[in-house]
Amino acid sequence: MTSPVLKIKNLSISFKMGKQITPVVHKVNLELIKGETLALVGESGSGKTITAMSILRLLPDSAVYPCGTIEFEGKDTLTVSQKDLRQIRGNNIGVIFQQPMTSLNPLHRIGKQLKESIFLHQPETTSQKADETALFWLKKVGLKNPEKRVNAFPHELSGGERQRVMIAMALINKPDILIADEPTTALDVTVQAQILELIKDLQNEMGMAILFITHDLGIVKKIADQVAVMKDGHIVETDRPHKIFTSPSHAYTRHLINSEPKGQPDPVDAGNEILIRIEHLKVWFPIQKGILRRTVDHVKAVNDISLSIKKGHTLGIVGESGSGKSTAGFALLQLNKSQGTILFGENSLNDLDSSRIRPLRKRMQIIFQDPFGSLNPRMSVAQIIGEGLDIHTPGLTLKEKQARIISVMEKVGLDPASRSRYPNEFSGGQHQRIAIARALILKPEFIVLDEPTSSLDRSVQFQVLELLKALQKEFGLTYIFISHDLKVVRSICHDIVVMKDGIIVEAGNSDRIFSHPEHEYTRKLMNTAFN
Amino acid sequence: MALMKLTPINLTPINRERWNRFKANKRGYFSLYLFGILFVITLFSELIANDKPLLIYYDSQVYCPLITEYAETQFGGEFEAPADYTDAYIIDKINENGWMINPIIPFSYNTINYKLDSPAPSAPSRTNWLGTDDRGRDVVARLLYGFRISVLFGLTLTFFASAIGIVAGAVQGYYGGLVDILGQRFIEIWSSLPTLFLLIILSSVVQPNFWWLLGITLLFGWMSLVGVVRAEFLRGRNFEYVTAAKALGLSNVKIIFRHILPNAMIASITFMPFILGGSITTLTSLDFLGFGLPVGSPSLGELLAQGKANIQAPWLGLSTFAVLSIMLSLLVFIGEGVRDALDPRKNY
Repeated sequence: MTSPVLKIKNLSISFKMGKQITPVVHKVNLELIKGETLALVGESGSGKTITAMSILRLLPDSAVYPCGTIEFEGKDTLTVSQKDLRQIRGNNIGVIFQQPMTSLNPLHRIGKQLKESIFLHQPETTSQKADETALFWLKKVGLKNPEKRVNAFPHELSGGERQRVMIAMALINKPDILIADEPTTALDVTVQAQILELIKDLQNEMGMAILFITHDLGIVKKIADQVAVMKDGHIVETDRPHKIFTSPSHAYTRHLINSEPKGQPDPVDAGNEILIRIEHLKVWFPIQKGILRRTVDHVKAVNDISLSIKKGHTLGIVGESGSGKSTAGFALLQLNKSQGTILFGENSLNDLDSSRIRPLRKRMQIIFQDPFGSLNPRMSVAQIIGEGLDIHTPGLTLKEKQARIISVMEKVGLDPASRSRYPNEFSGGQHQRIAIARALILKPEFIVLDEPTSSLDRSVQFQVLELLKALQKEFGLTYIFISHDLKVVRSICHDIVVMKDGIIVEAGNSDRIFSHPEHEYTRKLMNTAFN
Repeated sequence: MALMKLTPINLTPINRERWNRFKANKRGYFSLYLFGILFVITLFSELIANDKPLLIYYDSQVYCPLITEYAETQFGGEFEAPADYTDAYIIDKINENGWMINPIIPFSYNTINYKLDSPAPSAPSRTNWLGTDDRGRDVVARLLYGFRISVLFGLTLTFFASAIGIVAGAVQGYYGGLVDILGQRFIEIWSSLPTLFLLIILSSVVQPNFWWLLGITLLFGWMSLVGVVRAEFLRGRNFEYVTAAKALGLSNVKIIFRHILPNAMIASITFMPFILGGSITTLTSLDFLGFGLPVGSPSLGELLAQGKANIQAPWLGLSTFAVLSIMLSLLVFIGEGVRDALDPRKNY
């Protein structure tokens, strides 16, 4: 067995705010071995990113290290001088971040950004040589047309391409260690698979050690040689992946593994009447050019789709980012402009003006992807949940209103005693429950769920899905479930439409689509999601 | 001890945190405290500097000349004319049959002291602590009233200018598109109009009083907050909780006031002390040039102009300069304190 390149011993990290010190990481021990991948797994807030960032001391100044060492090449990176640290950063240890857009400087061409990190660590390189190296690496990470793209700005690249550039940047100085902080979380599933493959290939070729931070156990299975499970700042278990997945020793690890969404949607009566029918729906955004802002072309976000949903059913809209699935959901609720026919019961929504739609809003609601972002941080939970009541049932007394808020909070599994608190005092899963309560208090018939679980941890996802299913059964709700996560979709949707580039490529019953996908694109999605 | 009483109650935790941060800034907090005291004192200028007694006890009856006007005959005088309480004859008459309490400074802003030892402007003395101006009026009294009118003018102008600016910025930012473009172009044209010339022309047409001046400066001064508020609204209208509110069926007005405006308020409140300072400077400079408040009003600008015209009487210029610079410095310090307290980057 080779000796580790990086040793984290007994590391604790705390954050100082004024006189208050909050410990976040407790006595963590980790070892990175050359040529191997260590996956650091845990839910959000477990301290995995903070641990990784402390290796290069990238944490803000409020972070303090009460005890522990991080040994790299015989030095402790927690105590080396700033000058030595800069040598290590980027040269010996490279980092890839979660958000590829914000980690690249939007004002510089990608070629220039790549060259910058060459000059930083190999100042003797000539400009021509650096150009060649940059191009070589862009080819190596599989960017299409690298000769042309070397002069592109980050916004001209797609998310996957940007992540490829980030990888090139992290590896251009051939580091011994690569820290990858959720590098695929912000990407679509098909792109995710490509990026993982790329990282794996590069590791085989260059033999670096990788610290891979993720919350997705599916990824861990694919790439890890060693897994460390983290919870509340403690490492609860470290082992080889096959052991972790077959015989996890810690209760929390078992909990993580068992929280993969499973189960089937509850059976529904196929003979129900149709509640919503969409015909030839189009959402086109104009592209304007010149001083006179002439419309030269359109971005066809949703291009002529037709679908219908029966009462009490759940329709899943599946597709990658940019496929127009959210736009279609928004158009359906008249939150953006569209052409075509949208029939909601008797009402043709596109023919009504905003004042005539307002009373209908009570019957159709939406739940958003980012649960925290969809709650006004300045309002208490009771105010947020009760806001819709003021508009749609204005005659209520204060007491009746409180009673309704309390009963709906109980329904979604929130403690009614916490209703005077503010959103920032709740967790991600609870935020989504608040959002559901806000929609549910109006007793809607129909709810659009726009990626309601994708920003939640797996175990919380599971609970939210169970809640949604229970509510559907109790109130006979009709859902449109927009998601890119096929595992989640399978566990809740009765019917599915698959969207790509604004059009529907396949539609049908959920069982049929999952067992016999007809369209090639659907098959590709299935493959990446279920292997 | 007294400082502690200023803590407002019923604050949300985040606002209490901000208030504590403001208090931690010693200079800003002390400035607010001092400014508050000065403002409250000058609000009661009539009780401090006046040519009428606060209370008269005459013939076992109580009189209050500040509220009602009494004729000389009431106090045994000869004429039906209003009593002149600076006249030795009336003072003697009252003191014969009772007593009277005089304010600390026995001059109002427009009382002319006829009993000066030297020609006006006279130097500081026991009766006129900071001397008199070129018409023999007490400088301390004029500074007191002048401070009050300046701050009141500044506060009213700030209030209205902010209200109009916030509404205009909110409408432009929230609706965007054509409303925004037309609004922006209008503001660009409007703010390039030469305000001073317009004021000079207008003041030759009408005799400007407090409200005229307020209206005219407001007409050209409401734009300062439009930019920040508009920017906050352009950002805020895309928040998910705003979309959520739309999906709930909230009207645009409610969304603007309940969901987006609170975000814009931080930027606006940060600006307000500076707008207040600017408003006071505007009034002072108009008065200094002679296009401001009507002749005879207690105004700091007019006193400054007198100081410039009477270099041989330095107490005029120096004392007005001191009052103005203390007032504006306090406002700037308060503004800095507010800005630091509301800085979102200091939240962690």
